[in-house]
Amino acid sequence: MKLLVNFSRKAGQKPIIAQVVKETGVLINVERAIIDSSEGEALIDIPDESCKIVKEKMANLGATVRVLEHGIILDETECVDCGACVSVCPHEVFYLDDQWVIHVREGRCVLCGRCMDACPHHALYHKDDF
Amino acid sequence: MKKSINLINERVRDGNARVVTADEMPGIVAELGEQETLREVDVVTTGTFGAMCSSGAFFNFGHAEPPIRMERIWLNDVEAYGGLAAVDTYIGATQQSTTREDQYGGAHVIEDFIAGKSVELRAMSRGTDCYPRRTITTDLLLEHLNQAIMCNPRNAYQRYNAAINTTDRVLHTYMGMLLPNSGNITFSGAGVLNPLSNDPKLRMIGCGVPIFLGGAQGMVVGEGTQHSSAGGFGTLMVTGNMKEMSQDYVRAATMQGYGVTLYIGVGIPIPVVDLDVVRSTAVRDEDIAVDLLDYGIPSRNRPAIRKVNYAELRSGIVEVNGEEIRTSSLSSYRKAKDVAETLKSWVEQGRMTLVLPTRPINPESKVKPMHESVHGPRVLDIMDKRVVSIGETEEIRAAAQKLLKGETNHLPVINSNGLLVGIVTTYDISKAVANPGKATLVRDIMKKKVVTTTQDEPVDIAVQKLERHNISAMPVVDRDMHVIAMLTAIDLGKLIGGRWLK
Repeated sequence: MKLLVNFSRKAGQKPIIAQVVKETGVLINVERAIIDSSEGEALIDIPDESCKIVKEKMANLGATVRVLEHGIILDETECVDCGACVSVCPHEVFYLDDQWVIHVREGRCVLCGRCMDACPHHALYHKDDF
Repeated sequence: MKKSINLINERVRDGNARVVTADEMPGIVAELGEQETLREVDVVTTGTFGAMCSSGAFFNFGHAEPPIRMERIWLNDVEAYGGLAAVDTYIGATQQSTTREDQYGGAHVIEDFIAGKSVELRAMSRGTDCYPRRTITTDLLLEHLNQAIMCNPRNAYQRYNAAINTTDRVLHTYMGMLLPNSGNITFSGAGVLNPLSNDPKLRMIGCGVPIFLGGAQGMVVGEGTQHSSAGGFGTLMVTGNMKEMSQDYVRAATMQGYGVTLYIGVGIPIPVVDLDVVRSTAVRDEDIAVDLLDYGIPSRNRPAIRKVNYAELRSGIVEVNGEEIRTSSLSSYRKAKDVAETLKSWVEQGRMTLVLPTRPINPESKVKPMHESVHGPRVLDIMDKRVVSIGETEEIRAAAQKLLKGETNHLPVINSNGLLVGIVTTYDISKAVANPGKATLVRDIMKKKVVTTTQDEPVDIAVQKLERHNISAMPVVDRDMHVIAMLTAIDLGKLIGGRWLK
């Protein structure tokens, strides 16, 4: 399950992710993170069963946590199966099958958004507006 | 043995013609041999579906009451050509909306019309005795137009060079998003299914030949613009009735950072009249090679990294200097196949008969670069040859003095061999003075990554570098990294009012 964690430096320079790993023992995989002087955002992947506890702990430490239900979504009416998305994706989410039709492995997606820029047909979008 | 076009058309009309798609031909020829294939196969259908920027359509709106001679014309805020009399216009696919920029353009107008959507026409005129009206605004459907004739000056490229980017930043091009450091490869074209790749000598494809265009039955007008079949880059000018087209085969698109383009399906049936046609339609992806060009070089003559064929490109991975690089097609092979299959069914059902070219297209044609009578300014023309530089082992104070004396804000730093190794600015010096620390020598505070230009570089490219790096000056270096001049924002002022503005 993927969670989007936002934290601001106002909450102090607490090592939130490390703290939660230590307290819960849950192995958190940080898939993407942007952190600057005043705020930060991290996309983390955790086992489904640990979702509740990780979410609670992080919230207690001052972070805002949102569950991301979906990865990138393909609008089949707009997609022409060109393949522009295939090589720009760092996680190999997209592939063409033997009929040259594009498929999405949603679970691999870390919502970096690069494919949305690369798609000439605006056929890629995500539901979790963030 | 030869087969006449009449015999083939007789079979088409009787519903007995054997029609195959071009991707099936290599296998058929391998199995049956050339002679038997000629006897067996009557028509080979081809297809391609990709971005074809040089596309557009002629419209006739009919006369208004009172009548207007439209001089400036917009369709959904996309400007269309106003130099055709009265109520005719041509809209180009890449023309962008005045209000929605690259998110909507001529291609979208064309797609919206075909999809049955309403499009707003706005036009202006100065008014004449015979055409008194000065403005008009009206909502139109495709069915309201007298004619909507798609006429695309350059479609169905025989093949297209693949693209890669060796710079350290993302490039947004008409070849799509190119990741830095050779992070990916993009390509376009249907390879084995491509019309002109199946008839590179243009024996069966020429003026008047019936084609599939955007779902309608269209026609080859003749050679396309930039037609260069001598080098394997033939193009076609094609036309078709937009009112018979389908959104399945006409799609507007936006290449991020480049602009609007039109994806369109084009297919051509090739009559199998002789052994030469059998051989040319037996072409495979492996046989069609293109250059892999470095789009990081902002020049017409981009260097080729290597040759690469469509089989490699389509496999998803191409090896470059021992590294495996992932590829992206920008055109749709599934749709190309769909075009070839649809065309096949048309011929099988006798809905399209075949025609030999009424006039041939020159197979030896070669494209020329633009003749430029006036060359744009180069760095050489405006650079400042008075270079004040400093040695890397000199003290920061010495640099400060030089900056003051030289009345400059940028000091290139050179090593003991006189080669450029860094740059310091008044900002770097002020910082070092305001926060005195361990740094005492120029090399301790200099920026080592120096953006440079050369004297032959066009000023437009140099300006792009200044903008991209948010800097106001850069050293002009020779091949060995000797600093021969400086180019500063002040030098750009020389362009204004000078001979470059005529």
